Amino acid sequence: MAEATAPKPSSSVKLVLLGEAAVGKSSLVLRFVNNDFQENKEPTIGAAFLTQKCNLPTRTIKFEIWDTAGQERFASLAPMYYRNAQSALVVYDLTKPTSLVKAKHWVAELQRQASPGIVIALVGNKLDLTNETTSSNPLGDDTDTDAAEGEDDGDARKVSTAEAKSYAEEEGLLFFETSAKTGINVTEVFTAIANAIPETSLKGARGPGAAQTASRTEDQSRVNLTGPRDNASKEGCAC
Amino acid sequence: MGDPLDGCNPPSDAHVLASNSQAQYSPEETAKHGEETMTPDGENDPTTTSKDKKLNGSNITITTETPEGKQAQVQENENDNEAENENQPGEGQTVVEEEEGKEEEERPPLPPRPPRTSGESSLTPFSPSSRPALQSRPTTAVASVEVHTRSFSDGLRGFFSIPGYRAISESLSITGLSTGQSTPAVRKASISESLIDDTSSLLSHAPHSNMDGDLAGLLADGMNAKSPAWKLLSTQAESGNPFEGIDDDDTSLANFEHEFDEIDAVDSKGENEEQLLVQFKAKFKHYMILSSAGKPIYSRHGDQNLINGYIGVIQTIISFYEEENDHLLGFVAGGTRFAIKIDGPLYFVAISKLGESDSQLRAQLDALYKQILSTLTLPTLTQLFSNRPNTDLRRPLDGTETLLSSLADTFTKGSPSALLSALECLKVRKSHRYIINNTLLKTRTKSLLYGLIVAGGRLVSVVRPKRHSLHPSDLQLIFNMLFEAEGIKAGGGENWIPICLPAFNNKGYLYMYVSFIDANHDDETSDKQSTTTNDDDDRDDEIAVILISTNKESFFELKDMRDDLVKQLRKNGSMEIIKTAVSQGRPSTTDIVPGTPLKHFLYKSRANVQFTMPSFSPNFTSTIKRRRLMSLYHELHASTHVKYSPVKVLHNVSRDSSALAWITADFEFYCVAGPKASRAALTEGADKVIKWMKREEERVFIIGGAVF
Repeated sequence: MAEATAPKPSSSVKLVLLGEAAVGKSSLVLRFVNNDFQENKEPTIGAAFLTQKCNLPTRTIKFEIWDTAGQERFASLAPMYYRNAQSALVVYDLTKPTSLVKAKHWVAELQRQASPGIVIALVGNKLDLTNETTSSNPLGDDTDTDAAEGEDDGDARKVSTAEAKSYAEEEGLLFFETSAKTGINVTEVFTAIANAIPETSLKGARGPGAAQTASRTEDQSRVNLTGPRDNASKEGCAC
Repeated sequence: MGDPLDGCNPPSDAHVLASNSQAQYSPEETAKHGEETMTPDGENDPTTTSKDKKLNGSNITITTETPEGKQAQVQENENDNEAENENQPGEGQTVVEEEEGKEEEERPPLPPRPPRTSGESSLTPFSPSSRPALQSRPTTAVASVEVHTRSFSDGLRGFFSIPGYRAISESLSITGLSTGQSTPAVRKASISESLIDDTSSLLSHAPHSNMDGDLAGLLADGMNAKSPAWKLLSTQAESGNPFEGIDDDDTSLANFEHEFDEIDAVDSKGENEEQLLVQFKAKFKHYMILSSAGKPIYSRHGDQNLINGYIGVIQTIISFYEEENDHLLGFVAGGTRFAIKIDGPLYFVAISKLGESDSQLRAQLDALYKQILSTLTLPTLTQLFSNRPNTDLRRPLDGTETLLSSLADTFTKGSPSALLSALECLKVRKSHRYIINNTLLKTRTKSLLYGLIVAGGRLVSVVRPKRHSLHPSDLQLIFNMLFEAEGIKAGGGENWIPICLPAFNNKGYLYMYVSFIDANHDDETSDKQSTTTNDDDDRDDEIAVILISTNKESFFELKDMRDDLVKQLRKNGSMEIIKTAVSQGRPSTTDIVPGTPLKHFLYKSRANVQFTMPSFSPNFTSTIKRRRLMSLYHELHASTHVKYSPVKVLHNVSRDSSALAWITADFEFYCVAGPKASRAALTEGADKVIKWMKREEERVFIIGGAVF
């Protein structure tokens, strides 16, 4: 990744997280923004708004993230958050098949009602609960068989990678399996989204001021803190 | 059934005595001590009488629960050497009944009256019966005989120090029955009084006309002053700490520290059920919510498998009474009080061994109901149940359990704010608050309904429309959500929360923008970082900006307002002031009144619906001591807030603490000191605190606030 010494165009990208309650939306954001994780996080109420910068070789993307609450009663508020979003992260819990069903509903709603050209990523979270944990290639085809076997070997996975991946390909979604707990693939999701946003749809590009340079340096260090994940490619879709 | 005065709950420190109206009392005081602080002989002075009447009338409009029978009750419980009493025969209920019976007998003598006034007006009816009744008392309380007699020999003050049944009150509080001790007695007294002479109650407003006067005058130490034995007693460790001995011999709150431990789920085979039930039953406090169809909605402890049986029983009991259209309000079983509140299709049940009164428990249940309304709004709730009476409300309420639990735990730990239904403000100089208010007004945007700055869980400033004020119960919900439940704070970032504030309007949602800011940093980026580094800090360091709007699209508008507001506050130095005030924390009682034996107090300004208190440290930092303190406050509060003829002044001494409550039209004041503190020292301390309060009122409280 390029050093932040030279000014790069900076633009902001609106991103909304959707998905069933307790799949780990807030935890993904917390990992991405603060590189932190909390066990037994209490449910989000309403929605939380966070920002985080993401450095690409050619530009800086400032994510403006709407982390929405997954409970049914907040569903009616969702359009407010995805209406102008350029990207969406639809999250399911790969130990809970119903959450994928819910995720598919969200994808359909986004495709129907959100702005055309919205970049959608389908994310299966809680990869740490499966037994293929730290594999450098968590999306390898060998995981498919594990999924069917279920809990015999302590594997809580209930949604196979193949199933979700084929659905994502059908719908033209980015697809990742992540663990907010261990950090696997979290930054990758956001980087992939940043890369997938077409240049032309980026608005609000502006010359970097002094403050921005400073904060970008911080971002740099923050990204480095994420450790092992940096081994993985930060660019391009992992699909 | 369910009357707050339900006799099932015997008085614990059941030594209410010496009730009389203030006016009856004051002439005596003035006569005796020549103090000008009290209303001069009201009974003899027609002008004063009419004035008192007026005052009384105005008071009634303020405190609706107060019928005309104003009483100053002095609760005396001389327990200094009551240790022997614990070994006295007859414990638990039997003694209690005996005690109660005596109380009834003794109730008439309550008015302390000087002998010279005995021929006059309203005092007369009480005097004849008083002495004989009193004298029966010592037979059951060997230890206090001396004190008792002395109080008589002391110029016939009419203060009757009732032998303190330490053992009883102890055993009662062990079983959790220590509330409302004076309520039955109080009611009887008031009835007898009103039967005998109604006018006496109209004369009873000396303290109100005498607001700046001192409590010492009211509760003169005449009883103690000339008593060598009393002096001897009171010289001992006046400044001793309350609840000192509890570690040794008080088991009432044993295991209270495990109160908030979670109970595991029942395993699939139900093997651990028995063990879990033991844990379940060991809890001091339970809250359960169920629908009238008997569907469980919420229980503070225990998972569904554990509580289902109880839910069924509760539903059966309540429904039985509902069918008769005879609403069940509560009952007592052993040492456990059950309070029940029915709101539409919802049944709320509180089960407490902590000794709160019925009405206090019901207020807690009301807060839980308001939390549900805050999540759903009333129309939604009604609609859910009118469409399907057996709706399972857990689903629509999904995610609200943590808020209900944090509310419940706040009550179980004991919250002065909840007890007094008032809020606490951050103490800053009036001019500083003025600047903050103006900054809020200046940065206000069009959609703003309410704006709040909260620091360390205390309110710093409010901006509100002229016609709307914020109700404490709504603020309680907001504060609970932001400061007690972790959900919002832990997420970092800014939040946009649909919330129904039931006291404002229970039919619709408002939208609440919340941002926690860190006063140390100057730009947004560092704000964000600080949320990670400061995670361990307790709530005492957080400054939150809360902006409430009716427009759900106004997030960015309010976000801009927040940025502007924070920038302005930093620029004009207010942020620094808030930060300093927060980090100073609350003062200790000795900071306020040097050398006072008072260890803690609560002062509620009734007009402002705000309260203030000193720091809990160093005496009440542990969970148990804090709960003991709060239980004592709950007792004082219960005695002074009964429906009929509440006590206005109450002095309560037990083996491990002494306490004083003073209720006027302006304020409610409760204070606690060590068991050996004399009444003189208590009242003197109380007077000084109240004087301090008057002086600091505009700093301690938000008066008016920023209105647009």
